[in-house]
Amino acid sequence: MKDMIPSDVSKSGTTIRHKYYNGFERTLIFTDIETSFPEGNLIVSRTDIDGNIIGCNKAFCDMSGFTKEELIGQPHCILRHPDMPAAAFKDLWNTVEQGKHWHGYVKNLRKDGGYYWVYATVIPNVREGKRIGFSSIRRQPSRVKIQEHIALYKKMKAQEA
Amino acid sequence: MSFFFTVSPDFSPLHISDWFLVNTWLQRNTGEQIHLELFDDFESQRKVIEEKKVDLIYSNPYDAAILVRKHGFKAVARPRDLTDEAIIAVAASSPITKVEDLKPQTRIATTDDPNVHMMAMILIEPADLSKANTVITIRDSYMRVAQDVIGGIADVGFFLKSTYDDLSDIVKKQLRPITTSRIYMVHHALLVGNNMIPLKEKLQQTLVKMSADPEGKSALEALSFSGWDLLEQEDVEFMIDLMDTLVEKE
Repeated sequence: MKDMIPSDVSKSGTTIRHKYYNGFERTLIFTDIETSFPEGNLIVSRTDIDGNIIGCNKAFCDMSGFTKEELIGQPHCILRHPDMPAAAFKDLWNTVEQGKHWHGYVKNLRKDGGYYWVYATVIPNVREGKRIGFSSIRRQPSRVKIQEHIALYKKMKAQEA
Repeated sequence: MSFFFTVSPDFSPLHISDWFLVNTWLQRNTGEQIHLELFDDFESQRKVIEEKKVDLIYSNPYDAAILVRKHGFKAVARPRDLTDEAIIAVAASSPITKVEDLKPQTRIATTDDPNVHMMAMILIEPADLSKANTVITIRDSYMRVAQDVIGGIADVGFFLKSTYDDLSDIVKKQLRPITTSRIYMVHHALLVGNNMIPLKEKLQQTLVKMSADPEGKSALEALSFSGWDLLEQEDVEFMIDLMDTLVEKE
C-alpha cells in the first residue's frame, strides 16, 4: 500500500506512520476537513476473500477521492482513518468470518487527507455455500450517532495506547 | 405446455394493459404459450410463488431474494437504465423541507412494497428515525398513500419513484418530495423458474431484440422501458446481498 503524499492533500495536515491491524504500515496525512455524506446515496464496494477491493460504485470514488483504477486491487484498509480504534476492525473481521453481518459507524480517510463518516454494513458474499468475498454498503449516519462514536472511539483509542 | 408469467404488483394500474402487450409480443416471438396473471397485492402473488406455479416473473428486488435463494430462479434480463428508487414526499403545505426536520412519532404512510419501504426507512435514518419511534400505516396503494399525506393523516409518504412520477399532476401539485434515493444498483429483474430454465437463452435472445422490433418497441415504451439488458446470475446475487444489508435496524 502506497504512502500518502503531501501533493494529494488539500491543506497541510498531520503526518504519522500508521500500523494497521493486519500488519501493514503506511504514512498517513490527515486534516480536519469533513466531507458530508451525499443524501440518498449508498457507497458500495466489494473485496476478495483477502479484503482487496475488486469493485466499487461511483459514490465510493466520489467520497474517497480515489479513481476506480486507483482503488481496484488495494486493501480496503486504504480508507482507514487513524482515529478509528483497531478493536472496531478486529470485531468486523471476527464477525464476518463467522458468516454474520457487521454493522458499525466508521470514520474513513480520504485520499486528500479529509474524512467522512458512514454507517457501514459488511457481509460475506456466499455462493453455493462458499464464501467468495465481502461487500460493504455504507449509508448516511445521523449527526447524533456520529457525536456518540467520536467520544466512544476516542476512549477506545486511549485504552489501546 | 403453457407457462405462468406474473409481474411484481408495484406498477401503476395504468400499465396493466401494457404488460399484456408485452406478453403477447413474447409469445409471438418465442413461439411459447405464456399465460400472464397479474395480482393486486404482494401477498396473493407470494402465495402462487410458494405453490411453485410461477415460471416467469418480473420481480421486484426484494422478492428476487426469495425467488433466487429459496426457489432457484435464474436471472434473464433487466430493464435498461431503470433502477428502483424511493421518494419521500410531504404535503405541499407542510413545514417539513428536509429529512432532518422529521421528529420522533412522525406519521408515515407506506405500502406493502418491501423494497421501497426498506429504502425509504434508510432515507430517514439520518434523522434518527426507525420503526421503533415512528407511526407506520400500511396502505394498499400509492394513491392511498398520497391521499393520507394530502389529507394530513400522515406527515410523510413513501413512494416508488416511477409510480410517484405516474401520479396525476393534480395529485403531485399537492405533494412535495423532500428526498429521493440515489442507489442506482437496485432494480427489477426478469427471472425464470425451474420449468422455464431450459428456455432461458431463447428468452434472452428474444428479449434483447425487442427494442429493435416496432411492435416490441411500442410495448416497451408504454412501460417507459428503453429495452432489456441481459442479466448475469452474479448480478442478481450481488443485488440480493446488497438488499440484505438494508434490512431495517431494530
